[in-house]
Amino acid sequence: MRLYRAVFANGLRRYSTYRAATAAGLLTNTVFGLINAGVLLALFHARPHINGYDATDAITHVFVTQALLAPTAIMGPPLDLGERVRTGDIATDLMRPAHPLAWWLADDLGRAAFQLAFRSAPTFAAGALLLPLDLPTDPARWAAFTTATALAVLIGFALRYLFALAGFWLLDTRGLTSLLFLLGPAFSGVLLPLVLFPDPLAATMRTLPWAHMIQFPVEVFLGKHAPPDLTAGLARQAAWAAALLALGALATSRAARKVVVQGG
Amino acid sequence: MAQYPLSLALLGLAQSLSVIVELIAVLVVFGHAHTLAGFTAREALLVYGLAGTAFGLADLLIGQVERLGDHIRTGTFDTMLIRPASPLVQLAADEFSPRRLGKVIPALACLTWALATAGIDWTLQRALTVPLLLASGAAICCATWILGACLQFFITEARQAANSITYGGKALTEYPLAVFGTDTARWATFALPLAFVSWQPALYLLDRPDPTGLPDQLRHTAPAAALLLCALAALAWRTGLRHYRSTGS
Repeated sequence: MRLYRAVFANGLRRYSTYRAATAAGLLTNTVFGLINAGVLLALFHARPHINGYDATDAITHVFVTQALLAPTAIMGPPLDLGERVRTGDIATDLMRPAHPLAWWLADDLGRAAFQLAFRSAPTFAAGALLLPLDLPTDPARWAAFTTATALAVLIGFALRYLFALAGFWLLDTRGLTSLLFLLGPAFSGVLLPLVLFPDPLAATMRTLPWAHMIQFPVEVFLGKHAPPDLTAGLARQAAWAAALLALGALATSRAARKVVVQGG
Repeated sequence: MAQYPLSLALLGLAQSLSVIVELIAVLVVFGHAHTLAGFTAREALLVYGLAGTAFGLADLLIGQVERLGDHIRTGTFDTMLIRPASPLVQLAADEFSPRRLGKVIPALACLTWALATAGIDWTLQRALTVPLLLASGAAICCATWILGACLQFFITEARQAANSITYGGKALTEYPLAVFGTDTARWATFALPLAFVSWQPALYLLDRPDPTGLPDQLRHTAPAAALLLCALAALAWRTGLRHYRSTGS
């Protein structure tokens, strides 16, 4: 356990040195937040209520989404693990007395913790300074949102872990991961709030893990879910996180076997 | 890349899908609103097609300059400086890949469809101006990319900040500019002339007065704006290059 705490601290410290990149990322998030908010403001000016969202909901959605982009890494970047699989350095990792999944999870949680504090919060603050965003006042809602965000980060990690390990079975994963880093966000509420899509399409997209990384946490933030729905939603998030992590563990053991078989 | 044909195909597909996905977003928005800034969905597709094609072409030709920071950091830019060829051209040609056509093709298809169905009153002059407008738009996008890259001469990690201008500019020009309000329209016309990529050309082709109140004559100045911005980009590039050399390395 102390090992993983050290890995977590290491991940956090490493990302804290990327000051320029964090600042640039914050700028990018804010710029895109403003552009997306601009479009939605025009839309809701023409149609003030769409599927339970109003203009304030929409622009708050945009900035919470931009804030969540970095910690969930829903649009990338992929884990360094993928490169290590490609070059074969993974063999060294497998010799360590630590489970690769736990190791990379601890490291990624360090990254996510740093980005939540130094990129997500400032992004939302920038949006709140420039636009009249909706801020929850109810502590229960903040607690629910924190839980939803933590689960979203777990899902984001689990997906990227699977993408990285795919390199054991697919020679070059860049095409596939590129596609998933593009389509996933489109289905998640990053492109447009899912409530704007036609109902059957939106319902389908909501079942996918990506929607549980963005659309659901945003809806929790906006207070769109009353307690019975809220618990059910959080349970679904947790289920996706558990399922994907379990798949990751399975993939790790299969992959480890593969490496040994090739005599590495 | 051609050694992994499946990957090349998937990456190309990903490029196309990125354009198609954003096109779907435009359609969804107009599906709810019917008109925004006086533009209908069909007219909005004209704006999208112009912006997408211009950016796609610029990405194909010059997009790789955004990696200047990476090249400086790893030392490969120094290698480019030693060679007897323009470093800008080398930078742009680095990792050239036909997969980037994946961005141009759907945008061009959207543009072609919009030109046919948006109710444009075609004259010979309008027809001949379309390629000129596209070329000007692409030139403005190229110049924006180069200006963003020049930032990286001074701050090596500024790639993401530069991207917020290039890709942010793309996101901005994909919608009728008036949607973002008069102030933004002014900035995008006089500060960084992105308005000439898709907005002013669309106003010209649809023969519509500018909802933000700017003079109608402005729409004929797209090539001039492109030339001006390209000159600025060339100056910035030369300045950055000189600055880089003077730091030794």
